[in-house]
Amino acid sequence: MKTTEAFGNQTAKAARPRVKSLALAAALISTQALGLAACGGDEAPGGDAGGDQSAQSQKIIVGSADFPESQLLATIYAQALTGAGFEASTKLSIGSREVYIPALLDGSINLLPEYTGATLSYLEASAGVSSPEDVAAKLAEVLPEGVTMLTPSDAQDSDVLAVAPETAEKYGLKTIEDLAPHAGELALGGPPEWETRHEGLVGLKEVYGLEFKEFTALDAGGPLTIAALANGQVGAADLFSTLPAMADFVALEDNKNLFPAQNIVPIAADAIVTDKLVEVLDAVSAALTTADLIEMNARLDAQESIDDVAADWLAANGLG
Amino acid sequence: MIDYLLDPAHWTGPGGVGTLVGEHLFYTAVALAVAGIIGVPVGLYVGHTGRGTFLIAGFANALRALPTLGLVVLLVMVLAPVFASGLAFVVPSIAVLVLLAVPPIMTNTYAGVRAVDPAAVDAAVGMGLRPLRVLFSVQTPCAMPLILSGFRGATLQVISTATVAAYVSLGGLGRLIIDGRAQNDYDKMLGGAVLVAMLALLVDLTLGLLGRVAVSPGLRRHAQAAG
Repeated sequence: MKTTEAFGNQTAKAARPRVKSLALAAALISTQALGLAACGGDEAPGGDAGGDQSAQSQKIIVGSADFPESQLLATIYAQALTGAGFEASTKLSIGSREVYIPALLDGSINLLPEYTGATLSYLEASAGVSSPEDVAAKLAEVLPEGVTMLTPSDAQDSDVLAVAPETAEKYGLKTIEDLAPHAGELALGGPPEWETRHEGLVGLKEVYGLEFKEFTALDAGGPLTIAALANGQVGAADLFSTLPAMADFVALEDNKNLFPAQNIVPIAADAIVTDKLVEVLDAVSAALTTADLIEMNARLDAQESIDDVAADWLAANGLG
Repeated sequence: MIDYLLDPAHWTGPGGVGTLVGEHLFYTAVALAVAGIIGVPVGLYVGHTGRGTFLIAGFANALRALPTLGLVVLLVMVLAPVFASGLAFVVPSIAVLVLLAVPPIMTNTYAGVRAVDPAAVDAAVGMGLRPLRVLFSVQTPCAMPLILSGFRGATLQVISTATVAAYVSLGGLGRLIIDGRAQNDYDKMLGGAVLVAMLALLVDLTLGLLGRVAVSPGLRRHAQAAG
């Protein structure tokens, strides 16, 4: 991980001498580094990548991370742009943020669906903001040169504190704050890192004053947590807002903004940004909701093709 | 890592190494006991009668191929609706460890009984012993070195695999490994791994010593020569 990040940053800044020394150091890394450096070099020799190509003729390559929701969003962007007369293709499943952000900067791809909070913490570890507006504003500020953030959607894939509907009804819960008097009766389920993380057990105690009966270390919004919450082994759990399973649970409102907002936002290389492109992607962002994502993720879980799910959503929203 | 292990604060309390080692040994002991209750009688029966060798050859070896981590998650999902309590995590964890421990115990028991000198068995039958007496007074003691080595192998495997319990929220030394990884605390993670290895070696050594006591003196030279 560390290596990837390190050479990714270098590629971004086109720091040739260090790429060379790396190449001497390890044959494997050198092949990758030179490969990426070559990509960057083609687009913009020796400087910030992808900066000054003519916008009209630029082919649009939409990248994505290696999980279904990101692939779906990239496909939606690509189909919407193709529908509007752009020449757009996709490069899905590039990998983690440590890999695809450098790819965006070196011009291997030039458009990405991203999550505001996660991108912000990648670029600046301790930004200390969490409301959707603050996160978006801060992200726009810290984005590297050469890329632009378009208007974020209201749709979010963020951490949520979820409870079973019966629990919500029994205690009359709407917000996380409502849980404070009852937390002592419930076990909390979440990934092991939640025990020490501010956006987890620590923050729930500091910000909301929640002290749970016990913490049950499970997985990050995976099958274990869902099974444990559905069957009462835990009374509350950390899940993600766009999980299909959220249809069965109640997400407690994070009214004190403990969890950073994770609005979905297109991030584009400056080279491809035109009024028309912004118009198309803004329309997609405006139409997209968290509920849509839950529904589409459920279809993806059922092995439906990403292309079909994307096309259906665009058609249903009059964007096809 | 050394600092982590030497810090006394990490050794005491509910999440301390002391408690975790205790939990680890508890899961191991329960799993081995259950595996022994299943594996030894089946191994003795098949070894004594020669019937059902397919159980040993096919079934027991197929069990070895089950992916432990996948199985434990699957069992939690299947059993979560059955047990409303934490048992939904305990039962699957023990179950996968039992599945891991049964094959070596069963196959070694079987092999031990089969390998008993036929002359000794013939002599016992000739003396008029009933089949069960032959099994328990002649075959089982003679097979003891192999049966114990089956337990020893199973123990080693179970101790090193009991870390999966932590994956489904339980204790044991896996807690350090899994929490360490999730919390980016590599000292904790490495400390956990080293402790598991040390615990496995220690228990293995203890079992080796116990084996010397448990095996009939008459077999000792024979066992050493054979093994």
